[in-house]
Amino acid sequence: MSAIPAAEATPTPTGPAPSSAARPGRRFAALRSARGVPRALLLTGSGITLFFVLLAVFAPLIAPYGFDQYSANGQRFAKLAGPSAHHWFGTTVQSVDVLSRVVFGARTALEVVVLAVVFSIIIGVPLGLLSGYFGGLLDRILVLVMDALFAFPYLLLAIVIAFLLSDVVIGGGVVTTALAITVIYVPQYFRVVRASTLSAREATYVEAARAMGAPARTVISKYLFVNVVHSVPVIATLNAADAILTLAGLGFLGYGIQPTEAAEWGYDLQRAIADAGAGIWWTALYPGLAITVLVIALTLVGEGLNEVVNPSLRRARTRPVRLPARPGRGRGAQ
Amino acid sequence: MFILARVILAIPMVFILLTVVFLLMRVAPGDPVSAALGARLSAGQLAQRRAAAGFDRPLIVQYGDYLGGVVTGNFGRTITDNRSITQVLVDNGGATLTLTVAALLVALIIGLPLGMWAARRRDKWDDVVIRLFGIATFAAPVFFVGLLLQLLFGKTLDWLPTSGAASPIVAPTVPEKTHILILDAALSGDWSAFDDVFRHLILPAVSLGLLVTGVLIRLSRVNVIQTLRSDYVEAARARGIREGAVVLRHALRNAMVPVITVTGLQVALLLGGAVLTEQTFNWPGVGNQLVGYLNSRDYTAVQGIITVFALVVVVVSLLIDIINALVDPRIRY
Repeated sequence: MSAIPAAEATPTPTGPAPSSAARPGRRFAALRSARGVPRALLLTGSGITLFFVLLAVFAPLIAPYGFDQYSANGQRFAKLAGPSAHHWFGTTVQSVDVLSRVVFGARTALEVVVLAVVFSIIIGVPLGLLSGYFGGLLDRILVLVMDALFAFPYLLLAIVIAFLLSDVVIGGGVVTTALAITVIYVPQYFRVVRASTLSAREATYVEAARAMGAPARTVISKYLFVNVVHSVPVIATLNAADAILTLAGLGFLGYGIQPTEAAEWGYDLQRAIADAGAGIWWTALYPGLAITVLVIALTLVGEGLNEVVNPSLRRARTRPVRLPARPGRGRGAQ
Repeated sequence: MFILARVILAIPMVFILLTVVFLLMRVAPGDPVSAALGARLSAGQLAQRRAAAGFDRPLIVQYGDYLGGVVTGNFGRTITDNRSITQVLVDNGGATLTLTVAALLVALIIGLPLGMWAARRRDKWDDVVIRLFGIATFAAPVFFVGLLLQLLFGKTLDWLPTSGAASPIVAPTVPEKTHILILDAALSGDWSAFDDVFRHLILPAVSLGLLVTGVLIRLSRVNVIQTLRSDYVEAARARGIREGAVVLRHALRNAMVPVITVTGLQVALLLGGAVLTEQTFNWPGVGNQLVGYLNSRDYTAVQGIITVFALVVVVVSLLIDIINALVDPRIRY
């Protein structure tokens, strides 16, 4: 669970779902019509996110050195050297270039987050649909289990799962970490999709489909699915933001990606604790900033989408009616 | 009636949580004793330790044993240093409690006023700044904030200590009474010791507190905005009550109920954050112990600590529901 989706995304699940609103064309129309501050925030967030995606995709071209490279032309880099023309962000205690690690860290983050979000959607959405449509014992059990998982301190859950997976089952790595993160987010998709399914199930068009003799499979895949997925992009974006933090937290505690496999921001920050004691700031600042900026950007996108998709948060577009002036305030009725 | 129903509803939840914890810790092949001590003891000694701890019995018996233990408040013993989990809680729980409570206070003091202000000034520049601040505090990993604070206040300005809960020379001088260091220091009447302990608390509490601040800003902002739109606020405005009074007396009061509820539900976030904060500041809390036990592959210790954390989350949310029901009669029916 995450605080952000809990705080803001809760109104979404039961939002009205006329079938055409689920179509992307309509959503983008709504996006275009968002204006003022929400629009600016949405655009800024998308821009920054795109920047990080580009960093991740073209990391080998952008980064000046490899993520674990400590020498060039037969010469070892200086240890813990401050930012300079050769190493814009300085070097670490292992003489590795901080800028290169930050750039390659974007790649790791993108891989893990995309995998985790895809996994949780693949698991959470069908479970929510089935549970909501069929109800009964399956539904009760699933709801209980998901609620229990949801109530669990989520970072601890991820730690334990990442620890067990890497210790005994499949070894550490991107997939392991993504799976550990998946477990935390499945309940969110499940809840939201189940809630929308419950309300959509009673809608006339579903009843009509059933009356015409459509089997459950058809009803779910053709009618319910499209009307229920409209809330998924918002959760997915906010979850992606949260997943970056969880990934970093795992890395910070040493249960994420192993340092020899890939660059990971959380791990770099853990190594930076010792440096901070000596007053060295560059090993902490840059990876930390990368996490923070990317999470902010994703949150802005998620929130912007939420405001666009969720009419209850949108401001009325009609101009406020100005009441005759009363002393000391400018707000009129809306 | 409501309270009783709520308590009964919590029982299957706890049961499932416990089962999940137990299964998680036992999917590992091999047994906890050899995982923790395999490299250090001979096969005979291992078998002896296994039998002593009961790991040679069928899994279902161990499961029953575990559930029974939790019901009677016995969370098991650690393997590596043979402490009971209860002892771990006594030794290290105070530090975690101090840290989380202090963090919550920091969050309330910063978050609530900012959120209300942002709601009043919706979509103005100060609203945008406050919201961005809220997003930033939530987006910045707690250990990154901690490191920045260490660099700024610990190193550059050299105002505050950055590691541990007290200076090494101060800690042994405080007589142990409550196992909560800051209370003990206050009770001892030794103000230099209290000052030392308090100064150690500031940076960790602010780091962890800022994490929750973002949540509080968002919550109080959204809720105040919603109440500001409601009929009774409109009615209050129509009666010509000053805007300030409308916000404070009518909107705020009603907005606070969900804010307090959700704040209480941040325990899961706080506990997760506490583990990270404790690592960053070398804070002698339960989270620090948990990471230590994870690293030494002490599964029973991890199982015990995770169980306690999960129970704390469930009990706190239960308490909040009950308090809400007592305060607001609409919930009871």
